[in-house]
Formats: sequence, structure tokens, C-alpha cells
Amino acid sequence: MNTLDWIVLLVTMVGIAAYGAWHTRHNDHLETYLKGSKTTRWGTIGVSVMATQASAITFLSIPGQGFESGIGFVQNYFGLPLALIIVCAVFLPIYRKLGVYTAYEFLGQRFDAKTRLLGAGLFLLQRGLAAGVTIYAPAIILSTVLGWRLDLTILGTGFLVIIYTVTGGSEAVSLTQKWQMGIIFGGMITAFAILLARLPEGLGFSGAAHIAGAMGKLEAVDFSLNPDKRYTLWTGLFGGLFLSLSYFGTDQSQVQRYIGGAALREGRLGLMFNALLKIPMQFSILLLGAMLFVFYQFQPAPVFYNRVEWQHYADSPNGAVFRSLAETNAAIQVVKREKIQSWLDARAQGNAAAEAAARAAMLEAQAKAEAVRTEARAALTSADPLAKTKDSDYVFIGFILDQLPHGVIGLLIAVMIAAALGSKAGELNALGTTTTIDLWRHFRPLAAHDEGRNVRAAKRFTALWGVVAIAFALFAGFSENLIEAINIIGSIFYGVVLGIFLVAFFLKRVGGTAVFWAAVSAQVLVFVLFFSLKISYLWYNLIGCAACMGLSLVIQAFMPARNPTQKI
Amino acid sequence: MKLPDSKNPDESPDVPGFRTWRGIYLFVFAGFVVVVVLLTVFSHYYA
Repeated sequence: MNTLDWIVLLVTMVGIAAYGAWHTRHNDHLETYLKGSKTTRWGTIGVSVMATQASAITFLSIPGQGFESGIGFVQNYFGLPLALIIVCAVFLPIYRKLGVYTAYEFLGQRFDAKTRLLGAGLFLLQRGLAAGVTIYAPAIILSTVLGWRLDLTILGTGFLVIIYTVTGGSEAVSLTQKWQMGIIFGGMITAFAILLARLPEGLGFSGAAHIAGAMGKLEAVDFSLNPDKRYTLWTGLFGGLFLSLSYFGTDQSQVQRYIGGAALREGRLGLMFNALLKIPMQFSILLLGAMLFVFYQFQPAPVFYNRVEWQHYADSPNGAVFRSLAETNAAIQVVKREKIQSWLDARAQGNAAAEAAARAAMLEAQAKAEAVRTEARAALTSADPLAKTKDSDYVFIGFILDQLPHGVIGLLIAVMIAAALGSKAGELNALGTTTTIDLWRHFRPLAAHDEGRNVRAAKRFTALWGVVAIAFALFAGFSENLIEAINIIGSIFYGVVLGIFLVAFFLKRVGGTAVFWAAVSAQVLVFVLFFSLKISYLWYNLIGCAACMGLSLVIQAFMPARNPTQKI
Repeated sequence: MKLPDSKNPDESPDVPGFRTWRGIYLFVFAGFVVVVVLLTVFSHYYA
């Protein structure tokens, strides 16, 4: 990065944060601080919902996913539009009508205080554990490739987000997310355009897409019923519906984005905006990855895309094996390029038999290239069992630094940091709000009437969670597996929380005591199954939810009939 | 107190071309189906 890149990066990031903090510095009304401005329209809400979900990892890892495995990952989002329709039709009108600040406050009104505390506690535990990762995950990638100090990267981004989130609360979060998403869209469209312009002359998007398709990178929809396949239409529809309903309907970091606004209409339209745009957006990011794959068929491609780590081992006393693998990879790349050109020529001539033969030769060369990459990962593990062998996260950032002009590099680094700040702000805002409304006010009921004291408490708790996240990111010593472990922890808790909410909405004869003990039992069951079975962790979402709902009905059957007029 | 009725059409969507929220939900669902069909066609075309 040169001076121009630094200017673009600092002006955009610090400018947006300063604008958000300055514009909302007088927010001392609890309603505005926790729910945002009452004049917020659907466009701001829609963008805010999108920015909260899209973390920096979305823009670093998903192009890598498209590069490595193709665009089939888009199916993971197939359940999202259906879930958002359910949230719009069922969840949101009830949250708005009750005027709650948090989703868990609704549980208190529908059931009782202990169920509310359980829901809030599970959210704080799960989201609090994930808080450090949201800062750490992009910081480790950016610091590796840019040579920045990891601790300063974490501290810089962490304190920037704390300043404006604490100052302006929910309104500052929505306001800054709108500008941050503008930077993100602008940067990603620019990167895509430059990538297409850098493809070999005459190839164009269509030619590149034919190469990617022939190499198996453009299989977007898989109708297979094979349970061993990770991404299919069916896992996306059912698993995705479940995950999205849980995330958008019960996770306070999302609920807080849409329960405010000028009217119910604004929240609903904001969610429908996401229901329409999310799949095309994820498809575009994955397609960028597939186009990167084609780009590196015509350019010298490294055997391992985390070049800093690779160079570290190549320069070590046992570096001969790494240098040999790099040379083998370079030779295979040359052969593969020739095979691809032969296939393109055969296609242009319309010779079906020659095209089929050239295609088989091209795929054989690709298989050899993949085999060398697998050998490279094995060599890294052999040199150091703790070596990071997942390099797909480094493909897009490597392209940015190698191929984009100065100024645009700064803009794309700003995209990554904007995404990190946007999702982190939504998270801190929700953690601070839940701690204030569902815990602090519960134990200090007299303070509920003192608006100024509530706002001060919300600011303190937001700052506290920010500091906890930074400390966690600095000292937890994450590994690749630990980051996945945080996702697993999320799946362990999400199902039970969704189960509590679905009982609240749809099983009206079940009371607070029944659902509380059902949720506790379901959570214990999920823990026991987690430690005794070897199934994909995504299934725990379904198991936790089904167990919570089923046990609620069973326990309620042994209890006195609930009087529906006692509670909501 | 009863659970607020989520099915109550408490306000018009005030979106040109739509009189009810159900119409908007159907439009979004239809949009989703169209996107899945387009993705399938895209995959087959470039396979």
C-alpha cells in the first residue's frame, strides 16, 4: 500500500466513523439510542440488516470459496427469503405491537422472567463468545498480507467501532452501515470490472464463464438427494430456512436493526429488500471467485495463496521441498494453459469430438494441479503440525494487492474493514442493549423509569462488550479450528433459542415454566448428543429446536392448564 | 391479554401495484423461484 491507498483507507473509515459519532452525539433518549431514529426508512433498515450479516469474512472468504469449490455455496442462502417472509408476517408485527427493545423482552411478556433471562443469557453467551472472532478473523488475514501488526490492527478497528457505537447507539450503527455498504458495493463492483478487464484479450465474461463451467466451478444448483453432499438445493432450503429463521427472528443483533423505524411498513420492506437481494449478492461474490479462478489459469498462480506463510517455510533450512513443489506447480500451470487454449480452439471450430478430447485433457491437467496443491498442504503440515493450510481466504486479497492500481487497493482494504466495522457495530449494539434491558433493568427495576440512567448504562455495557471482544481477540490465541469451534457453539445454542420463540408464537397453550424446563432439558440433550455423536453440527439447530418444542408440549400436559389471559 | 394478532392487516404496504402484504410476500417468493430457475439455467448453459 502506498500513500494514496492510506489516504483512501483512512479518509473513508475514519470519516464514516466520525460522521456517525458526530451526527448522533446528542442521542440521549432511550428509544432512539436503542432502536434508532423514528424517522428511519426501509432503505436504511434494509442496508443495515445486510451490513450486520455481511462481515469482513464474507468479502475475504466467499470469493475464495468460489475459487476453490465453485458457486454451489449460494444454495446455503436458499432458505433465507422464506425465513424473512415468516419473520415479516409473524415475528415483526408482534415485536412492534408490544414495543419491546429486545426479542427476549417479548419472552418475558409471553412467558415469565426466568424464560426471558434464559433467552437473553443464551444470546449473550453465544454472541459474546463470537465477539472476539468478528474482529480477529479479518485482522489476522489483513495483518498477514499487509505486514501490519496484529495487535494494532485489532486495537485500531476495535476502538474505532466502540467510539461511534457507544456515542450514537443504534442510530449511529444504521447511519454508518449505510455509508459502509456504499463503500463495499462500490469497491466490489470496481474489483469485478478490473478483473474482467484483466482477462486475456478476446476471452470476455462469456469465454471465462465457459472455462469456469467446464472446470466444474459454476454448478449453482444441485438437486441431488445424496446426504453426503454438503451443498444441495434441499440442504439450502431446509437447513438454510432453519438457520435464517433463528438468526433473523431471534438474534438481537438482527432484531434491533428492524424493530425501530418510522412504521411497521419500513421494517417489513427492509427485510423484503434483503429477501430479494441476498441471493443475487452472494452469487455475485461467488462468481467473482470463479472468475478469479479463470484469471489465474492465464497468470502465474502460486501453489499456495498464503504467500507470506509459504515463503516463511520456503526460506527455512528444510525449504528445498517447498521450492521443488513451487517449480512443479509452475510447470503444470504452463501445460494446463496450453490445454485450456486447445479446448477454446476446439470449441471455436465447433468440432465436438476434438472439444471432448481437449476438455478431458484440460480436466486431467487441472487434477494434477490440485494434486500438487494437496501435496503443498501436506508439506506445510509435515513441517509444522500447527501450520495454517487453508489458503482460499488469501486468494482475493492477493489479487487486490497484486493486480489493482493504487487508490483502488486502499478502497478494497476499506471494503474489508468497513464490513468488519459494520457487523461488529451491530453485534456490540445488541450485546449492550440486551445486557441493559434484560439483565441490568431486571435486577434494578426502579432504574427503569430513569431514562438518562438507562442510556448511560447502555453506553457502559456497549463499551464493556467492545473491550471484552478486543481482549478476547488479543489474548485468546485463535487457530483455524477455534474459529470453526465458535460457529459450532452458535449452532449448539441457536436451535434451543429458536424453539423457545416458536413455542411462544405457535403453541399458545404452553406456559413459561413448561418452556423453561423444556429449553433447559433440550440444551442438556444437545450437549450430550454433541459429545456422543459424530454428525454435522448444523443438525443441532434442528434437534435443539424440535426437542424444545416437543418437551414443552409434554411438560405442559402434566401441568395445570394455562390461563391465556394471565400473560400475553 | 391475548397475543397480538399477527395476521391483522394493520397497515397497507403503500407500495405501487400491491394492495396487501400477502401480495408482496407472493412477489418475493416468486422472485426467489425465478432466481433459482435462472441459476439452474446458468449452470446448465455454462456446464
